[in-house]
Amino acid sequence: MAPTGQRRSGYSRRAQYNLFTGYIIAGIGALIGAVLLALSFFQPQLFGGLRGAAADTVSPATQTSATVRTGSKSIWDSVSGYYRAGSKNAELKREMEIARIRLAEAAAVKSENQRLKALLGLQDGDVKPVAVARLVGSTASSTRRFAYVGAGKDQGVEIGMPVRSPRGVVGRVLEVANDSARILLLTDTESVLPVRRASDETVAFAEGRGDGLLRIRLINLGINPLEVGDMFVTSGAGGFYRPGAAVAILVEKTDDGGLARMVSDPAATDFVSVDPIFEPEAVVAVQTPAETELDE
Amino acid sequence: MERIDPRARSDAYGNRINRSHSALLANIVPWASILLGSILPLFFIASALPIMPPVGFLLLLGWRLVRPGLLPVWAGLPLGMFDDLFSGQPFGFGILTWSLALIAIELIETRLPWRSFWQDWFTAGIVTTVYLIAGWLLSGGSPTLHSLVALVPQLVLSILLFPVLARLIARLDQFRLHRWKSL
Repeated sequence: MAPTGQRRSGYSRRAQYNLFTGYIIAGIGALIGAVLLALSFFQPQLFGGLRGAAADTVSPATQTSATVRTGSKSIWDSVSGYYRAGSKNAELKREMEIARIRLAEAAAVKSENQRLKALLGLQDGDVKPVAVARLVGSTASSTRRFAYVGAGKDQGVEIGMPVRSPRGVVGRVLEVANDSARILLLTDTESVLPVRRASDETVAFAEGRGDGLLRIRLINLGINPLEVGDMFVTSGAGGFYRPGAAVAILVEKTDDGGLARMVSDPAATDFVSVDPIFEPEAVVAVQTPAETELDE
Repeated sequence: MERIDPRARSDAYGNRINRSHSALLANIVPWASILLGSILPLFFIASALPIMPPVGFLLLLGWRLVRPGLLPVWAGLPLGMFDDLFSGQPFGFGILTWSLALIAIELIETRLPWRSFWQDWFTAGIVTTVYLIAGWLLSGGSPTLHSLVALVPQLVLSILLFPVLARLIARLDQFRLHRWKSL
């Protein structure tokens, strides 16, 4: 389109001043942005209140859309279920038989576990989630991987609490507003989670790569014992996550560990539960510098 | 007269007799559409890759390039601040980049006053590329090579979305200047 004549102010003093002020404000705006950006690099939580209030404001809309999204997904699932129903049915029957056998074995192991634990005097109470809420949205256009859940301070959610779906770990709470909370997903580049291989005690860190995969970095270097298809669960180190929750499955082997895919993909997740921090004392202890003593 | 040509007393913005533009609508539509564009990516759950184009930023570029002179140069300050609340980038990133983008387009316009749509698309493509790479660098996380590779689908989608958004903005502009019945 042809440019407007607004830039030529002519002899009008008013137009000249208007134009000049516009440029000045634009320049100052860019400067303010740079200063705020630098500030939020050093103090990432500084503007959390503003962001939380904004997320609270739009949360009725995002709640509704989350409901519609999961609803439409289940319709699609049931439609696609009819496709090749026969062969799927046979396959499922086979899997079912194997699963029954495994279930019986697991029951045996469970009873043995109970017996041994009773012997040791350990008690293993069920963890009660702080809140169960929908995953209502995410920062889908940013490089960072954040998501929002529809529960906040009013429901008792606090910063640092782990967020789980029925399948496994999703992430942990980063910022809390009144009715919503922002969570750091496992795939974010800033997320590090201590894990262990489910089959043995091989400990590692699962770091987000920013492209949907997790990098498994072994703590004990040497011959890489991992194999594609290995399952990783939380180890409980660090005190945030309860041990034994499913995290990721190895898809590729590398020199110092491997690449893994998340078990609980947030895109396929409907409801999540926010759990209490596993060992709050351990978290405080880890965050306390070595020079200062822990106050009782 | 109407019997010969039903559109004799109307133009693209509706009937001209006893109708007038709404001052409120004429001023609010560009701003409101950009604000809505900023919120839109929030509604999608995309875990693996940042696949959703930055709709708010693309709409800002669209309004600026399709209808020059409508948005003031300083529009990046308030609009970018709003985008920061929802984008997931560190606060201040939107204010900085949106302001710089508008200033850059202003400079380009002084050099090339007459442009075709293709040149506008090219400008928008370059500005979007710089914006997304800046977002990768200044995300507050560590910029890994993998997350840069993961940016490519989003970038392609954003560039391809611009013509669609330009058409949408042309429609919105028609709506903005529609004549409503005045009593």
